[in-house]
Formats: sequence, C-alpha cells, structure tokens
Amino acid sequence: MTELPASTTRKMGLVIDLDTCVGCHACVISCKGWNTENYGAPLSDQSPYGADPSGTFLNRVHSYEVQPDQGAAQLIHFPKSCLHCEDAPCVTVCPTGASYKRVEDGIVLVNESHCIGCGLCAWSCPYGARELDLAEGVMKKCTLCVDRIYNENLPEVDRVPSCVRTCPAGARHFGDLGDPDSEVSKLVAERGGMDLMPEMGTKPVNKYLPPRPKDQIEEQIDVLAPLLAPVAEEPKGFLGWLDKALDKLPGGNA
Amino acid sequence: MAHSQPKLDTSPPVSDEIRQTTCYMCACRCGINVHMKGGKVAYIEGNRDHPVNKGVLCAKGSAGIMQVNAPSRLKAPMIRTGPRGSGKFKEISWDAALAIAVGWMEPIRHEAPEKLAFFTGRDQSQSFTSFFAQSFGTPNYAAHGGFCSVNMATAGIYTMGGAFWEFGQPDWDHTKLFMLFGVAEDHDSNPIKMGIGKIKKRGARVIGVNPIRSGYNAVADDWVGITPGTDGLFILSMVHVLMKAGKIDLDYLSRYTNAPVLVNAAEGPEKGLLMRDENGKMLVIDRNTGKLTPFDQPGVRPDLSATYEKDGVTHRPVFHLMADRYLSDEYAPEAVADRCGIPAARIRAIAAEIARVAFDEAFELDQEWTDFRGEKHTKMIGRPVSFHSMRGVSAHANGFQTCRALHVLQILLGTVEVPGGFRFKPPYPKPVEAHPTPHCKATPDTPLDGPHLGFVQGPEHLALKEDGSPARIDKAFTWENPMSAHGLMHMVISNAHAGDPYKIDTLFMYMANMSWNSSMNTKGVMEMLTDKDENGEYVIPHIIYSDAYSSEMVAYADLILPDTTYLERHDCISLLDRPICEADGAADAIRWPVIEPDRDVRGFQTVLIQLANRMKLPGFTNEDRTPKWKDYADYIVNHERKPGIGPLSGWRGKDGSKTGRGDVNPDQLNRYIENGGFHIEHVPAEATYYKPWNADYQDWAVGLGLYDSPHPYLFQLYVEPMRKFQLAAEGHGERQPPEHLRKRVQETMDPLPIWYETDQTGNEGFTVNALTQRPMAMYHSWGTQNAWLRQLHGRNPLYVPSKLMRKHGLKDGDWAKVSSPHGAITVPVMEMAALNDNTVWTWNAIGKRKGAWALEEDAPEATKGFLLNHLIHELLPPKGDGMRWANSDPITGQAAWFDLKVKIEKAAAPADLPESQPVFDPIASPVGTGPAELKWKVGK
Repeated sequence: MTELPASTTRKMGLVIDLDTCVGCHACVISCKGWNTENYGAPLSDQSPYGADPSGTFLNRVHSYEVQPDQGAAQLIHFPKSCLHCEDAPCVTVCPTGASYKRVEDGIVLVNESHCIGCGLCAWSCPYGARELDLAEGVMKKCTLCVDRIYNENLPEVDRVPSCVRTCPAGARHFGDLGDPDSEVSKLVAERGGMDLMPEMGTKPVNKYLPPRPKDQIEEQIDVLAPLLAPVAEEPKGFLGWLDKALDKLPGGNA
Repeated sequence: MAHSQPKLDTSPPVSDEIRQTTCYMCACRCGINVHMKGGKVAYIEGNRDHPVNKGVLCAKGSAGIMQVNAPSRLKAPMIRTGPRGSGKFKEISWDAALAIAVGWMEPIRHEAPEKLAFFTGRDQSQSFTSFFAQSFGTPNYAAHGGFCSVNMATAGIYTMGGAFWEFGQPDWDHTKLFMLFGVAEDHDSNPIKMGIGKIKKRGARVIGVNPIRSGYNAVADDWVGITPGTDGLFILSMVHVLMKAGKIDLDYLSRYTNAPVLVNAAEGPEKGLLMRDENGKMLVIDRNTGKLTPFDQPGVRPDLSATYEKDGVTHRPVFHLMADRYLSDEYAPEAVADRCGIPAARIRAIAAEIARVAFDEAFELDQEWTDFRGEKHTKMIGRPVSFHSMRGVSAHANGFQTCRALHVLQILLGTVEVPGGFRFKPPYPKPVEAHPTPHCKATPDTPLDGPHLGFVQGPEHLALKEDGSPARIDKAFTWENPMSAHGLMHMVISNAHAGDPYKIDTLFMYMANMSWNSSMNTKGVMEMLTDKDENGEYVIPHIIYSDAYSSEMVAYADLILPDTTYLERHDCISLLDRPICEADGAADAIRWPVIEPDRDVRGFQTVLIQLANRMKLPGFTNEDRTPKWKDYADYIVNHERKPGIGPLSGWRGKDGSKTGRGDVNPDQLNRYIENGGFHIEHVPAEATYYKPWNADYQDWAVGLGLYDSPHPYLFQLYVEPMRKFQLAAEGHGERQPPEHLRKRVQETMDPLPIWYETDQTGNEGFTVNALTQRPMAMYHSWGTQNAWLRQLHGRNPLYVPSKLMRKHGLKDGDWAKVSSPHGAITVPVMEMAALNDNTVWTWNAIGKRKGAWALEEDAPEATKGFLLNHLIHELLPPKGDGMRWANSDPITGQAAWFDLKVKIEKAAAPADLPESQPVFDPIASPVGTGPAELKWKVGK
C-alpha cells in the first residue's frame, strides 16, 4: 500500500460552476486531445467506428434531471474528473506505489511505468474518476494537465489545464484551493462551493459551485405588478395617454 | 510504502510549430491554433486573439483532429459503376472527372442553362459559389438556408435590416436580461456560450423559451416550456401587456421606426401603403409644427399620434394600427395561456420583468453621437434587455410572422442597437432596399441577369416567367412563397423528379446530405433519385456531388468530386458573404492548407474554378480567353467584385496598407497567416451603437466598402412590401396570385405581425408535437461520425415526457411506434421530465445508413439510430381540395420541420425488434470502414 504525503504545499484543483455549465462537452474533448498527445500513453479508443465505441476519457460530462417538489424539472450538467482528494483512497490502495499525490501541489498522478493495471485504484475511487486504458493496460486519470500548468514552452496565460482554457462558458476555474485568498477560494466562499460526496471522507480538493435557484419569476410578481398597470382600459384612452406621454418626451410640449 | 514521487518533466515541448487557421467543424468559424509535430496535426486549441472565440473552443473544434484523420474521407474522384443508391464506384483521375462534368454541363449551358440545378449545403463560400452559378447562367442556385432558418434571416432583414443568426449579438457587456427563443445551439456557438457565462457571472437573468430544457435552457434562470409553434402568440401577448401598460420607448419609436409614418387609408390600389412625397420619402406629421413632412428632415419630431385628413379620408400612423391590433383582448395573457401552455400569471411576470429591466434599469453611456437628421446626442441610452432566437421559432409555417413579432417586441422596447440590447455585426445593419432583388433570366451561353437570391419588394420582383410559371426549379420567389430569400433546397429533388415546373438535366450538389438527414420524406427522396423513366433512364439524368466524406448522399450520385478536409484547403470567410464580425468590428478570415492532402482530393472551390476554366465561363475568363484564376487561393486574392473590393478586406493595396477598399495585394494571404488567419477593423467609439441612424457608423461603413453611400433607414414595424402582395391578392396590379392562392396571400402577408395555427390539416389523431435538436457537440457539423464525438452522442432515443411515458405504459429502453399522416417509425424511448408535457424529441442526424461514413454496419447509429425525417413530408397531407400544399412557411418557403405532429404507441419488446424501423439495405462503402482501435499520438 502507498502512503500519502503528510501535507502538500499547495492544493491545486478545479472549481466547476454548475450554474453555468451548458453541457457542451468542450472540456471533455479538449482534455481528450491534449492528453492523447501528451502525458503518458495516448488515450486510446476501442471500436471507434464500430458497435460499441469506448475510449479512455479523463473527464466526462453527465447530465442529471432533478425534479423539485414544486415547479418544473431541471437538468444539471455535471462534469466529472479526478478531484485530487487530500485523503485519496486511490493512492493508499495502490500496491506498487504507481499512484501518488505530489507534495508540491497535491496533484494525484499515476506513474505509468510502475502501474500494473490491477484496477484497485479505480475500484477504490468513489467518484469513478479513473479509467484503465485498454490498449496500454495502464490506469489513466486527470493530471490537472501537470505538463501544461508549469510548462515554460507555453505562454503564461495558457498554463492552465486544457479543460479550463477551452471552456466556452467560463464554467471551469483553476487555482490553489489551499490559499484562502486565491481567486478560486474566494469564488468557493462567495458561491457556497461544495465537496462532492463529503461523507466518503476523501476531502476532495476540487469544488462544485451549486446552481442558483431557478424558476422564481412568478414569486416576484407582487413586486413587479405595478409595472404593468394599464395606462387606460379602452383603446381611445390609450391614444389619450399617448398624446400626453409624447408631450413629456425630451423636446415635447410639457 | 512510504511516499515517493518520480521526477517529472513539467515543461515538455508542446509542438514544433503552431499554424493558425479557421475552424470548419460547424458554422461558428472560430480561430484555431493547430499544433504541429513532425508535419502532423498534434493538437487543436482556440486562438486567443480571434474575434469570434477569443481562445475558447467547443468539443467539435477540439475533435477536428479526428475529422482530419477520419476513415470516411473520400480518396479520389469516382464514377458510379452500380445502380444509383448502391454505393458502387470506381476511382478515376481528376482529368477524367472534370471532363465528364464538363461533358454534362457545357451542352446545358449552350441550350438551356436552367437545366443545371446547383445547390450547396454547408457552404461557407456562397459569394463564390453563387458567382459561379451566375456566370454559368442557371437561375437554379441556392444554399441550404431554405430548410434551415430563412424565416429568421428574412424577418430580420425586412423588419430591421439585420437578423439574429450570426448577424447580430446581444450586448453581452451590458445586458441584464437575456431571453432565448427556440435555441438549442446556433451558428454563433461559442459566442453564445461565452456570453451566457459572462452575464450569469454578473447575475443577469436568463430566460429560456423552449419545449426542451437542455443546453442553454438548462442553465436559464427561468424556463418556459412552451407548446411548439405558439411562440408568436406568447410574444404578441407580451406586446399587448407592455403596450397597455405604456412600457414602450416612444422616443425611440418616433425617431427610428416607421411607427409614426402615415398609412394611406384611401380605397384603391395604394390602400395600406405608406404615404410618401414626390421623392418617395415616407411622410410623418411633425409634432412641432403639426405639418406633413418627410421623416428625415432636420429638427422633425415625428408624431406617433397625429392623423392626417385628405379628401375626407383620415390617414393614421402605423402606431395607431398597432394599437388597434395589439390592445385587443384576443392577445390578453388569459386568452393565449392555454394554447401556449404558459399560465397567464407567468406571461405577465415575464412581461413585467422585461419592463422593469428595460425602463427601471435603463442607463446612459457618456458617448456623443450624431443621428442621420443631424441631431447631436450627448449620451447613448441603454435598455439592457436582449433577445436571441433561432430554429425553434423559425422552422414552423408561422415562423416568419413569429420572428417578425419578436423583432417588433424588441423595437417597441427600444432595445435594438442600443447599449444593453441587441447589436448588429457589420456588414449589418443593411436595409432591405440595399440588398439585391432576385434574378432569374436564363439565356443560353450567357450569365444570369443578376444575383439569384435577394429580397423582393413587391410582386414585380417575383421569379416568374412571362407565362406566370416559376422560373426556378425550387419555385422560390413565387406566389407560393414570395419572400423565399434563401431558395428552397428541400424542394429541388421533388420538383426535379416531378418535372414541375420543368425537367432538369444535371443536379450538382455540395455538402448536402439530401438522401438522408437533410431531406424531408427521406425514403421518397431516395426513390426520386433512383427513379427511371419509360426509356429506362434516370428521371434526374445526371447527379454530381462533392463532399469530403462518405456521406449517405455519395451513393446517389453518378460522379463524385472529393473535397479536402478543412485543414487542407484555402477558404475565405468574406465580408461579401457571411463574415465573422463582432458588433465592434468588421472581421474576415481565411483557411489555408496547414497540411497537404494525402489523397487525390481537391478543394471544391478550386474544382469549380477548374470547371469554369474548361467551359471558359465569362466571369472566370480574361478577354484573351485565358483563365483569370488557377485555383481558389488565386481567386481570393485577385478577384475584385467591384474595383478595389475583393473577397478579403484586410491588407489591401499594393503595400498592404489599405483596409476595405484598395488594390489587389499579391501578398495578402501571407499577411492573414502572419496575423493568425483573420483581420479585424474596429468600429469607432462614436459609431458603436445606433448604427442604422448613426452618421459616423454610416460613414465608416462606406469607407470600408460595406455600402457605396450612407444608408440610414427606419425600422419597419409595418412591412410595406408585404402589403403590396396583399394588394395584388385583392385584385390590384398586373401580377396577381393564382385564384387558389389569393386568400392565403391576403391572410398571411399581413404587414403587421400576426399569429396563426400551424396544425396540419389531416393530422387528426396525431396530437403530440415531435421535434429534433442537434447536440452542441455536433451542431451544424459534418462530423457525427467523428471517433470522439460519436462517443458523446452515438445514440438518439426518442425522449418522451413523463406524462406520456405513463400514459403509454413505457419504460426506458422500450420501443414505441411513432406515426404521422406520412409514415411510421419504431424507435427506442427514454423518459425526460424537463420537457413540455406533450412534446417528444430526438437528436437529429445521429442515425446513419448502414455502409455510410465508414462506420461498421452494426454501429448503434445504424441500428438503433433513427431519423424523424421519415415522418415529415415536403407536402402537407391532402386537404380534399385537389391540391397538395407545401409543408413550408407560406411567406418564405422555410421548411416547417417543427410542425410535425405524431401518435405514439408501445411496440414489441426489444428482443423481437433489434433495430429501429424502417431499416434500409446497406450501401457499399467506397472507403471501407475504420480501424478497430485508435492510439493517436503523432509525437514521440
């Protein structure tokens, strides 16, 4: 079994805004593209043009319907990738030390040369965030684009995970969640950012910003009703109002 | 095991080189950085400097790498060897292919050019393809707008000189309330996502009106799950409530719209036309003087209220007619609520919120500007309510009037071209009068007499022959659909097959999957394409098709001209066409070959030039009979539409110092490449809003070559050209509609927005609305076979609302027979709660024909996937009047996809029914199928 570091210098992670995610899958495919070409073995696809296409993805978007007690059903788009837990069970369960959590930034990685593809880590992860690459026989997972975020060959502005760089709606944020003054920590504080399944005791670093309340407009009708008070009940009355209103315009006679 | 970690190289090289070009995975046309390793495409990301996407990129864009390596890419020109529809071909040389095409086309040109029907689908080069067709001389040209969203474009142009689509955008920086109608996704794909993200961050409210709560509607703060086809009624009800409450912008209406223009009330051939002076200028009463005056004079304050007496007749302004109509109780929320499926209280609440934000949250920008009357304004007034709309509103037979109603709502609120509202992107705004009118005069060996498509301003502009019969094969611009500004691609094959209005010889199509998901009545279309006459010859004698991929349509052509992928070609995204502008800038862009094709394929536009050169078409040929251009890149740089104005606006002039107008610059493409593939010219600050009336904007646009002279104009709440068609139907003028269309023309061509029921006659017993959407990861894409994207959306069940699931005893994975008056399909179902109670829907264009797109025959797209198209006919069910009416909007001819009504019944258990019905025989794949596994890594 493999030990976690006692603590990490920083807690780098993602903050994902469920109020804004439109479910477009841009992050999914950008991740697939970057990580197929970069860190470790390519993310392979089996039967890519056949009956049961199934490839390795480090990030997927699921959509869930929610039926509130009152009002219309809602659809929540829920992107999911490794949450880089502080108490990552996928690390401690690893029999070879291939799974590890980095001291400097808390990123959970797989050292592919030590991975035997036993799948214990995927079994232990309550989030289903790890996928065994069938072509390579090694475990793949979100690296937080460790080969981007410090990469001096990239312009500084691009040193973020590819999913964050590409997200059209700006629903994904990257930063140090161990620093209470970081932009991401402030966002979490402002918006009531949540842990995913905190009862599992994994202490995930990634946070989710919950959707704002929806379908509230009719409750506000009392406030808004005077806005729609008719200027007149009869069409003739309307033209009378119009005449007076025109006089009140800039340059009018009133 | 104690903690240990390997030493990682966190700064590995990213790529050898970045090549910047323009995406073509959909119609959004984002800037992309193509990372190259060893001459191969390694990774694609968004270009941060690009005006459209500012660095972001959608799933399609990032999956472009799988489009460039797709096994479905065609490899070489092919000639059909088996019967049409079999998919059997042999490869031939380009020389042979071009000779065959010319062998078919040239005799047509000598005898009857209209016998060539040239229609392009997902064409991003329409200013070029139309130029080819015009030069050839056929009137039969259009792209796919007629079955897409022509209602949206046309209603916008006629009403306000610009449309939603990608021709305008909300003022994302200032808007506080954003309302979407019928938008699953749009051409402006990434900008809308970026905009929604931006305004939600500010806490602005988003209201989504759509029967289906997915995508943008899922993140909307408020969802209106409207009954399909009733958006116009809902909008006019809000117009009623807002007018009644006086929550309208009277100052804006009087200055910038035709609300104060007097309408002729005298009986006779001019009744209902706008009153004009001897110079044709619209007349208003000046509130300062009480006198009749042209609308545009300095100091005039057009009166929305005053009437004008002449010869005992009272002439009233447009605004009076609007009050008469929309204050009527027939538009009261209580009167429309049941039909719209929206409680009256909710309609009022939304109208109230619109009123509150438009007027109570109005703001001012300290920016001086000068209007067309010469009046100087010290501020720009913001009304931060914005709207966007697309196919859900457009693809109904009442779509034109519904789109009009939405624009009228925007204009009543004073939210168009003001801060916080809806803004045009150059070259819009552009009034309808500044657009061409349609041209259709075909003469052997002669170019057409003008551009094919345009905007009719009265019956005199219809595309009719002297005997009154349609001049075009698609019957565009006829009494059946007078304002069909984008043509009717969905009618071409059925009309050509029927020989109505005439027979054609050669059907030439580009990137249009007409034998599958792009046609109504798909099975019927396949039969028409393969039908033979009494002599055993095909009814449509020759079919030429160009595509980069092995789509279903390939099998139905005789000659295949294989196109390149988008990374292997030159293109221009031109201001002459559908550019990539932002509200604050005029922009255009190029594509260039960042890789060379590894197959014997050629860019379609280059092939058109090669065909034109062989035929020595006039527009393509110098006086000495030599070709003007050798390929598309040559055309892009050296073609001049008018002196000094060419396909690209940037770096013109011999030294590249000119923008918009300027001499040809031989180095122009290199300058684009150096700049990341695009060019942008920013709108000056004093010209950023009020563009239709802003003197500085008008001058800027003239300087850039967008117009030849300033074109200030009034928004047309009342569309006078529509009244001209009504007058003809009432018996006035030389050109009048045939008797069977008189009543319809009179009823539908109302110059003020109306709403009418679209329920299809003969649909008794079919009560459930059936819709399609395309997923964001595939919208407007030619990449549904893409190895990565099909893992996201490889299956398309029929989504059924909970209530109907219970009613029919259905569970997820059950099968249902879905029928319409036209046909039946049997498909898998899945429950969806966030859905209008009486609407079912599915993802469009997931279903595939076996053998197409290099997918294996047991791919879920080909077994479980299905099309709703089998249930939709291009004609309505018979009404018993002896005629067959088109399933289209009677004004524009827009295909009414979303008027479909169906019946659902539970079908056999899955074990007995392994495949969606109907099943078609496999077609032979000209490219085989893809590999069993992908490990795509081009670097070491």
